[in-house]
Amino acid sequence: MQKFDKLTGVAAPLAMINVDTDMIIPKQHLKTIKRTGLGKALFDEMRYEADGSEKPDFVLNQPAYRKAQILVAGANFGCGSSREHAPWALLDFGIRCILAPSFADIFHNNCFKNGILPIPLPQETIDKLMDDARKGANAQLTIDLETQEIVRPDGEVIKFRIDDFRRHCLLNGLDDIGLTMQKGGDVDSYEARQKTAQPWLAMAQD
Amino acid sequence: MTKPRTLFDKIWAAHLVHTQEDGTCLIYIDRHLVHEVTSPQAFEGLRVSGRKVRRPDLTIAVADHNVPTTDRSKGIADPESRTQIETLEQNVRDFGVPYYAMDDVRQGIVHIIGPEQGMTLPGMTIVCGDSHTSTHGAFGALAFGIGTSEVEHVLATQTLIQKPAKNMRITVDGDLPPGVTAKDIVLAIIGRIGTAGGTGHVIEYAGSAIRSLSMEGRMTVCNMSIEAGARAGLIAPDETTYAYAKGRPHAPKAGQWEAALAYWRSLPSDPGAVYDKEIVIDAATLVPHVTWGTSPQDVAPVTGHVPDPAREADPARRSALERALAYMGLTPGTKLTDVRIDKVFIGSCTNGRIEDLRAAAGIARGRKVAGHVQALVVPGSGLVKEQAEREGLDRIFLDAGFEWREPGCSMCLAMNADRLEPGERCGSTSNRNFEGRQGRGGRTHLMSPEMAAASAIAGTIADPRAA
Ligand code: SF4
Repeated sequence: MQKFDKLTGVAAPLAMINVDTDMIIPKQHLKTIKRTGLGKALFDEMRYEADGSEKPDFVLNQPAYRKAQILVAGANFGCGSSREHAPWALLDFGIRCILAPSFADIFHNNCFKNGILPIPLPQETIDKLMDDARKGANAQLTIDLETQEIVRPDGEVIKFRIDDFRRHCLLNGLDDIGLTMQKGGDVDSYEARQKTAQPWLAMAQD
Repeated sequence: MTKPRTLFDKIWAAHLVHTQEDGTCLIYIDRHLVHEVTSPQAFEGLRVSGRKVRRPDLTIAVADHNVPTTDRSKGIADPESRTQIETLEQNVRDFGVPYYAMDDVRQGIVHIIGPEQGMTLPGMTIVCGDSHTSTHGAFGALAFGIGTSEVEHVLATQTLIQKPAKNMRITVDGDLPPGVTAKDIVLAIIGRIGTAGGTGHVIEYAGSAIRSLSMEGRMTVCNMSIEAGARAGLIAPDETTYAYAKGRPHAPKAGQWEAALAYWRSLPSDPGAVYDKEIVIDAATLVPHVTWGTSPQDVAPVTGHVPDPAREADPARRSALERALAYMGLTPGTKLTDVRIDKVFIGSCTNGRIEDLRAAAGIARGRKVAGHVQALVVPGSGLVKEQAEREGLDRIFLDAGFEWREPGCSMCLAMNADRLEPGERCGSTSNRNFEGRQGRGGRTHLMSPEMAAASAIAGTIADPRAA
């Protein structure tokens, strides 16, 4: 997994609530068997006309935001389907950090597994950052996961807080599976206990 | 005395493998359901790191999202869909995972076949790379959707890294009025608490109206917990649950059944257990519900009207509402039963079970689908289809002008050939009305199977109580 420590970049304003994962990456792009290459399909139906040409109004099509690395969005971002294609598409486009008042649980989880940092912040803070983002490429934000600070273009520092374990994994680009494999002994003894306590859990094979 | 615990607390505690100092837990997973859309990258990950599937015997794979619902003997026309299913078939062979192939009568939507086969049982932890895994909570199992990285984690370790959720209880007490279904209960709940109302929580549904539901109805309610923002829904197991599970292929066999039952009976929440959030709904006030917008919380009684954004005080809500109505092609103030529809979809993991098909057939019997409407009935599994055919439901539907299809997800998300064209409007028994969900530019109204059948016949959204 890609590490996340510190990032300075352009933030794109997406002032919508309930941005769902069907919007982030519609189902016609879920047929891939790879993780990469989804960036061009990010926000497909908002971003392109039916003939494939770009909708000039959509924020990521505007010159200032074509290389955005941060998204500022409305509440309940990432609701809907569990598709990890949503963070894959964001990452492939170049988005590494999402700022919103709240996130849907599964999406929030999926971000951390892919080196994307989702930061929930109070609505008033999001309103300020949304204003910054609207200023385009001249108003970059700095996100520092080590110190858990966001620096606004005017120098104001906003504190945020991420779960310690998740922060540690993201800062070091750690792979969960490797970490869990080290606890293989615990899993073995759990399985042994279950086998005696709840033998019906073994699934009859056919 | 020990502190009273909720059903969720008990299942959680029983599955703890390891707890870190900061409260991050490693929990054991009893059942892992796998489908073709969210698994290819997970198996690829295993291959790249030279890992095996730790417990293929606790895993079951099926293709459901991409499968055609028309004659399958011709194979799959779409090359990408075909590749995805062939990839799954290769993966289950390489990793030794049990699989229900497309021509197996047990094939169907992953959340329908788990319960049907007795793989879903009380007290279990169940995961799948699919958000509607919440369906299985109807059995008093902790069941939730995970992303593909977590699918890989479960395949490799049979565990997941998680933090405990908060407890929320929604009590629906009293008698349901005639014509009000499980779907109406859950739509009304989402309308009330919103699509983020359950975020961070597991919702336990309680109360006499919930207990009076069949397992099918309970699955419909738990299915849409995710639309209420919760990762999981739970209903305490009871005699209805045990009667449903007994004798199913993977249910505990004689000799183990009694021990299992004794354990299951210990699971319901203790009296006095504390919930972080409580909602109480009077069942007697419920009516048939339908959505008018592009979020499941955009819901109203079928006797209601399209709302007016001008009356919405919150600016973010107002702009979302305006966008939704523009997308849906609806004018504020229109009576919902005056909204003309083009298609009807009866199926999905929300309402593709036998009871749903019986309910829809009850309304369709002896009537005709309106001339301008195309109506699809897609059973949730091969076994549901067989059962319906034994009961003659297929004849009722076909005589009324509905199409009778092969099992799968179908028009719930339109990854196969079943989809809406831009601007088409659909009465659908599925669970999501997001923009483009049933096809680019398609417009979805979520409703019960009864209302969907009544609407197919009327040609507009219709109140099933009047049908
Ligand atoms: S029926 Fe719809 S919601 Fe259910 S698993 Fe299939 S696509 Fe997902």
